Amino acid sequence: MKKLLFSLILLTSLQTQAQKYFTKTGTIIFNSKSPVEKIEGVNKATACLLDTRTGAIDFIVQIKSFVFDKQLMQEHFNENYLESDKFPKANFKGVITNHTAINFTKDGEYNAEVVGKMTLHGVTKDVKFTGKISIKSGKVTITSTQMLLLEDYKISIPNAVKDKVSKDVKISVNTTLELMK
Amino acid sequence: MNKLTKAFLIVIVSLSTLNTFAQDNKDDLEKLLGEDQPKKEYVKNAFKSNRVIQGHSMEMTGKGVLDFRILHRFGEIKGGWREMFGLDQASMRMGFDYGVHKDLTLGIGRCTFNKEVDGYVKYRIIQQSKGAKSFPVSILWISGATMQSLKTTSSNYLSDFSNRLGYYHLMIIGRKMGDKFTLQVSPTFVHRNLVATTSDNNNMVAVGIGARAKLTNRMALILDTYPIVYGAREAYNYFPLSLGVDIETGGHVFQLHITNSKGMNEKAFIGETTQNWGKGQIQIGFNLSRVFTIVKNTDTSW
Repeated sequence: MKKLLFSLILLTSLQTQAQKYFTKTGTIIFNSKSPVEKIEGVNKATACLLDTRTGAIDFIVQIKSFVFDKQLMQEHFNENYLESDKFPKANFKGVITNHTAINFTKDGEYNAEVVGKMTLHGVTKDVKFTGKISIKSGKVTITSTQMLLLEDYKISIPNAVKDKVSKDVKISVNTTLELMK
Repeated sequence: MNKLTKAFLIVIVSLSTLNTFAQDNKDDLEKLLGEDQPKKEYVKNAFKSNRVIQGHSMEMTGKGVLDFRILHRFGEIKGGWREMFGLDQASMRMGFDYGVHKDLTLGIGRCTFNKEVDGYVKYRIIQQSKGAKSFPVSILWISGATMQSLKTTSSNYLSDFSNRLGYYHLMIIGRKMGDKFTLQVSPTFVHRNLVATTSDNNNMVAVGIGARAKLTNRMALILDTYPIVYGAREAYNYFPLSLGVDIETGGHVFQLHITNSKGMNEKAFIGETTQNWGKGQIQIGFNLSRVFTIVKNTDTSW
């Protein structure tokens, strides 16, 4: 009896230890190398949810929240390339493969590998990202820089600007999550 | 098992299920964000630029953006190959439009046709939106003035400065329907201080119709016409009608069209269109728009 009780208590305590970190204000920077001009959009409304127990990590990005210095660039980004009316969101659903090696309760810095599915411009692909996870005073910061091939997500570049716009773009993630209460 | 342990057990079990229930509910990021209120979203890009072809469109020049526009109207196509189908004779307007605010644009331009300077104020009263508290159409008001800079001669009455002036006022009511089609209606009032003959009317009223149908993300068909409902001189004033394509290439919008009107401001194309589509008096024209960012964009209302 006592054993049963003990294991039950253990179970519940385990469950309460399942901790989730969340943010709605993560940053993602979209950067395309171009010999002509700077093409850079900043999104400061990236949502992210991390379950430290399972290592599950989700991102949702509103395409329309990317801000470019040039309005016309922002217009083209939304209208012509990402087609944000048709595909308003990009998302990532994955798992940190080495989450058990990370101690989320203590300050520290870790290299992390994430595998999962990313959906962008209506196209879903299996992806593997690497990045850094740092824990400081109870907050978890995830940083990662990845190159994406536009072709993979059926984002077409018109012939007229083919030599001005690169085929791949740099995506930099920097998001700080707080413990969810 | 005594009663107390039993009760204890039940409490723990129910607590743990409650716990997992709560966790389940929070599980999904989408659900987590779904709690947010539906947001109001402005409808953008009803037209590629702030003009349909000749007349103003329901679009504004963005805040801090300078739009440098070069408009060309060639001679009549039926001049044939000797006139290179009209390309030998060109009239043009060079103009600058500046977005002071997302709902306020100021513009100035100069046409070779009649040697005219024009300026306008364009204000967006309400912008079409969707989502919460949406509004189905955009409503804008535009007021402009024109001034001829022709040389004064003893016979042309231009020694009186006010005779050089003309005015136009219009309201645009427009709606983007889906992402492919846009339609706008613009009742327009034109006043000219001086007209050519006594049978001309100083005041004219036209009802403009502008439409766009997107073919691809970077190309669209456009129509711009201003049927005159009051003040046209019989067999002299014809209503302007322009048909064209919008082509977007990087920082440029290129509008290629055919039209029966040479005027490149509202006063001119409503009051001074004397060519008739019915007689094939049409010409090729193009508008070129190049935007420059003067103030860095911070618009997050996409």
